Amino acid sequence: MLPPPEEIKSALEQLLPGVSLTLDAGGLIVVPNDLVAVCRCLKENERFSLDYLANLTAVDYPAEQRMDVVYHLYSMAKKHGPVTLKVKLDRNQPVVASVTPIWRGAEFQEREAYDLFGVRFEGHPDLRRILMWEGFEGHPMRKDYVVEDQDVLG
Amino acid sequence: MASHIQHQSPIIQHRFEMAVDQGLQSELQKQGVFVTSWDQLLNWGRSNSIWPLQFGLACCAIEMIATAASRYDIARFGSEIFRASPRQADLIIVAGTVTKKMAPQVVRLYNQMAEPKYVISMGACATSGGPFHTGYNVLKGIDRYIPVDVYIPGCPPTPQALLEGLMRLQERIKSRSMGQEVGPKQGEYPIPEFGASGLAPRYNPDVFQPKKPWADPPASQLPKPIAPQP
Repeated sequence: MLPPPEEIKSALEQLLPGVSLTLDAGGLIVVPNDLVAVCRCLKENERFSLDYLANLTAVDYPAEQRMDVVYHLYSMAKKHGPVTLKVKLDRNQPVVASVTPIWRGAEFQEREAYDLFGVRFEGHPDLRRILMWEGFEGHPMRKDYVVEDQDVLG
Repeated sequence: MASHIQHQSPIIQHRFEMAVDQGLQSELQKQGVFVTSWDQLLNWGRSNSIWPLQFGLACCAIEMIATAASRYDIARFGSEIFRASPRQADLIIVAGTVTKKMAPQVVRLYNQMAEPKYVISMGACATSGGPFHTGYNVLKGIDRYIPVDVYIPGCPPTPQALLEGLMRLQERIKSRSMGQEVGPKQGEYPIPEFGASGLAPRYNPDVFQPKKPWADPPASQLPKPIAPQP
């Protein structure tokens, strides 16, 4: 069974000295610089074995000038989950380390977050647009994106 | 069904009368002689063996498949032969949401079809973008790039609605005379390209003119805005 978030938080802080996490509505807020260490620990530690990244997406908060990247982790080995991780990034310069080296399945999801939100994933093997075409300008899921033809008939 | 057979277009009735007197025709028929006109014969064959393109885009395609299956049985209308190649198809049923990324391929498929060719726009998405009308990634109607013969409303339209649309198309084909075009001009249409913020051009002016179907009332006739309550 998966321990409650408070226990995961204290276990991680014990295992990784210098890492500090915050609890937020059942999720763990990670400092961007600690993300790779936390993810690797959650995947490789026998207690968690979170070997499956089910979801990776971004959330835009223009009012707070913030861009969150959210990770949902499950364990296929232990049949438990999810564990939610969040990193809070600067909306004007959203850069975070890629988790593709940890979970291979992150590759396309990070490309999607890059395509639609403009989050740059450092260390991604092939970071380019996945849904929109090459030559498309802007990131359409950002809340300040203006659609070209707003007119009803235009 | 019955009302459709009686309610034929005036063009057909006119030609029918010209060909041979109706009473004489019925007399001849009793003797085993069937009299018709070349136009009628050709259109009879043409309208009852429309081969649609085996092509679907979204949930409307599921309804299209249901229409082709045994319960609704599109074979009753001679259209059961869904061809997997546009070269062998007469009709493209644009069944579903046309994303901007898919639109060039739909136009290309239409261009590759042999004439005479027809287009049914099935459902709200193919007709106008439907619930995705204000989105960034969905084409606001396939009629921006290719000429549409029949629009079918619905989200998705029922199989009955698709069959009704098919019967409307058959009516249209039956009203065609040799060498005469009914409906929009066929042929090849330019394929849109991917631009910086959408497709370029945004529509083909040969098939689509963004016109307001209504006239804006003068400002004096507009209702006065209600003053906000303190």
